[in-house]
Parts: sequence; structure tokens; C-alpha cells
Amino acid sequence: MGTDKKVAVLGAGMHPWGKWGRNFVEYGLAAASDALADAGVDWTDVQFVSGADTIRNGYPGFVAGATFAQALGWTGARVSSSYAACASGAQAINNARAQILAGLCDVALVVGADTTPKGFFKPVGGDRKDDPDWLRFHLMGATNPTYFALYARRRMELFGATEADFAAVKVKNARHGLANPNARYRKEVTADEVLASPMVADPLRLLEICATSDGGAALVLCSTEFAKKHTGSDDLVTIDAVSTVTPRFPQAIIEMPNFSTDSSVAASTVGPTFKESVALAAYEEAGIGPEDVDLAEVYDLSSALELDWYEDIGLCKQGEAEKLLRDGDTTLGGRVPVNPSGGLSCFGEAIPAQAIAQVCELVWQLRGRATGRQVEGAKVGITANQGLFGHGSSVIVSR
Amino acid sequence: MTTKTRVPAIEGWFTMDDAAPALLGSRCTSCGNVAFPKETYFCRNPHCRSTEFAETELSRTGKVWSFTDAGYQPPEPYVAADPYVPFSICAVELAAEQMVVMGQVVPGVGIDDLSVGAEVELVLDTLYEDDEHEYMVWKWRPTGAATSGQVA
Repeated sequence: MGTDKKVAVLGAGMHPWGKWGRNFVEYGLAAASDALADAGVDWTDVQFVSGADTIRNGYPGFVAGATFAQALGWTGARVSSSYAACASGAQAINNARAQILAGLCDVALVVGADTTPKGFFKPVGGDRKDDPDWLRFHLMGATNPTYFALYARRRMELFGATEADFAAVKVKNARHGLANPNARYRKEVTADEVLASPMVADPLRLLEICATSDGGAALVLCSTEFAKKHTGSDDLVTIDAVSTVTPRFPQAIIEMPNFSTDSSVAASTVGPTFKESVALAAYEEAGIGPEDVDLAEVYDLSSALELDWYEDIGLCKQGEAEKLLRDGDTTLGGRVPVNPSGGLSCFGEAIPAQAIAQVCELVWQLRGRATGRQVEGAKVGITANQGLFGHGSSVIVSR
Repeated sequence: MTTKTRVPAIEGWFTMDDAAPALLGSRCTSCGNVAFPKETYFCRNPHCRSTEFAETELSRTGKVWSFTDAGYQPPEPYVAADPYVPFSICAVELAAEQMVVMGQVVPGVGIDDLSVGAEVELVLDTLYEDDEHEYMVWKWRPTGAATSGQVA
């Protein structure tokens, strides 16, 4: 594959992240309106609406594409609604991209928004003894931070990561997000404050685990031909790859919400891990490598998890993430800033909007419009994320 | 005080043998793949299309792959004691099965009592109770066996 698989990003928009408890549709509409205005495209000219679903807001959330389309006013546009947990936004982007690349439409609107309850994410209610996500809470009391903590402890054992390293990730991201108008938390924190916050899942503390947030994000995507005509310029921000890969059997690393890994008895584990393969597929599709990347937005569900991503997206070799962090390479002004937006650390997670928000940040960075957090001269960015049960999500954006 | 009936918190996931309980997995009769919880429909090995599985008892001991604890009370459907008692949780490597299985650690074992590579064994313990029943679940308990200090 190559350059002919690109789609252009005409517009990006977000509703700020927070905890307002209002209807998720409102956040989605605000983000969509901003993205359309940014694109200079009228809603009535959108041919395809791609919604990322939310499962905690009743039926309208399950059919988010139609919900947003109805709220914006029915136009007879084609529509889709996608759910893939944290990767829902990438699925929605990919649906729109596939329509454009197939020549089935020129202009698509991608929208994701969520309203979240307070506290730990818990499974959908009921008595569901055939659902591993329900069962892991019931039988083990295993929350999402439980799994993040297992990975964090492994880093300490295998690579000598320290609690100070994990805290340093939080300190960095808090500083990155200070000037981001869409971030929910815009407050500098010190390592001492992080290390004094309550232990949630040892070794991870409250300030190192991402909150759940309300928020909305949207993109206007189109064919490169349409974009050139529409803007009168060849200088486009484009999506060059969207990776949505599954793991490969046997998956030897324990993944939320499972009770066990696959067994390697019948087939040995070869090649990259799941999280490595998510980014590798994106690089391969875009025809570039990690050395070409100027910045990354990765899913820091916990501070320690950000370090895993450094290695998984190829910014360094396994076991070298702490050095990369300590050397300042991933801090704004460093070699390859990670989470210049402030990441989930400053946003909290608004599940269906988050993977779209990651792309919004890359778009603003590549346009040079990320005021107060700009990665100077950024030309190529990558996002990385994964959705429950094995939904890979990685998007490469370039200018 | 009446004695409550001890019942598994979930049917068919482990034996109710107090002395030497074991997790119940499945073994594919064609490729030998082991799964926990049990596979019933289709072998997860993509190169095997078998639908036949035998029940198999998993190894009762393993080595800690990683561990953590639960400082805050997990949400429902976890049934927490009142007042809430924090617990540890670990992921355990089973050598013969070449897989990692999670589970709570028995009460009284904290983070400082655990280490990666340490040997643990499977036991049964109460998950929660109601007026008539004690709902049992598998948990891991450190054996105190010396560790090699090596991490897989």
C-alpha cells in the first residue's frame, strides 16, 4: 500500500472534557459543529456519518451515528455506528476512510461522545455468568487498574522501573496539558504530590490512573481530490494508515478482561506482541517507520502504561522506555514528544471520543496550531490505543 | 450457629476438593490446546478446527508473573465484605500449561509478601456469603518455597 490510500482531514473539533453529566449528544454536536466549521463544509454536504458508540447512555448511544445525524437534522446521508470499547473511535474513522477510499463518498463526518458515571468503570448490569467482563469483577474483584498494575509491576521487575518513573510520566503529561483548552485537568503536579496520592492498585496511585470523563470529538474526512479542490491547495493533513488488527494466537500477555492468557502448548508464541503489532500494522500501511515519527498520542490509562507504549510503537527497544523518559526525549522540546495534549492524564477517558480526540490533537499539531504545546515542525504523528477483547487502534497522520 | 452450605461461586470452573483443589480447563482433543475457562465451541488455535474438548485439571502450583492489590472496593458485581477488606491479586504462570491464570490471593497476604517468581498454590476460599450459602472461589497462596529469582 502507499500514498494512494490517504484520506484528507478537512476539519477537527472537540467539546472540552469534563464531568458535567449532560447528554452525550450535546458534546457530540458541539464537536461536530466545530469540525464542520473548521472544514468549511456544510452539514448538508456530508455524505456519510460515522458514529462511535457509547454503551452507558441507553439506546441512543448504541446507534450513535443515527443519533448524531438526527440531532443535526436528517439529510438522507449514509450512516454507521461502531462499538469497539476504547477503539470505537478508530473503528468510526476507519469506516469513514473505507467509504472514501472505495469511492462511495467524498465527505464524511466522524463523531464520538460520552457521558460517564463517577468512579471505576463497572460492567453493564444484570447477572451475566457468560460474560468475562462481568465475571472478572464478580469472581476476582479485578478492576481496570488491576490489569494496569500487573503491567506496571512487570516493568519494575523486568526493567528496573521505579515509582519515581511512573510519577514522572504524570508530571510530564500534566505540564503538557496546562495550556490545552480541551483538557479537563489543567494543573501542574509535582512528583511528591503524585507519590503522596492514595494507592489504588499497587504500584499505581490515584493521580496515575486515568479518570472517566465526559467529552466529544469529531473529524471531517474527505478524499484528497476533494480536499485539493475545496482548499485550493496541495498542502493537506492526511490520514495515511488506520490499524485495527486483532491479536495473534497464542496471546501470551494477560489482557483485560480475561482470566488467563492463551496457552502456548499447541502453538508457540512468535513475532510481535499484540500491542507491538497494532503499531507495526499502521507503519506498514503508511510505508514509514518509528524513526519518521515526530510525536505520538498514546493511551496512558496509567502512567506506567505510557512507558509500555514507547516500546510498543517502536520509539525505543524493550526495556529502554525509562531511559527515554528520563532523558527528556518524550517531553515537549525533546526528540519525540509523547502526549503533548496532556494525554488521558489531563483528559480522563471519554471512551468513544478518545481515539478521535487523539487524531484531533495530531491534526492541530501538524497544522502548527497547538498553542502552548506545539511540537515544532511536526510532520508525522501516530496514535496508539487498544479496545477490550482485542481491538487494535493506531492512526498515522502526516502533512 | 448453623453451618452454611459451601457452593462454588461459579459452576464447573474448579473442583470442590478442599485438600487439593484444581482449576478445570479444557484440552483440545486434536491439537492439545489448553484453555481456562473451558472452551466449549471451537478451538482457539486458528490452525485447528476441532470442536472436541476434554476436561483437564490445571497445575495446582505456579510462579507469580505479576501482582497487585485492590486499595479501593471494586464495584458490583463484586460482593464486598462490610467493612471492605483490601485484598491482593496475582497472575500466575503455569509451567505445564504454558499460560498465565489470575486470581485473588488469600486474605492476609499483602504486597510485601509477594514477589515475581515466587511459588503459589491453588486453594479454595470464601468469596462471599448469604444466609444459607458460602460461595467458594479459587485463590492463590504463597507456598514459601524459595524462588530462583529469575523472571521468565
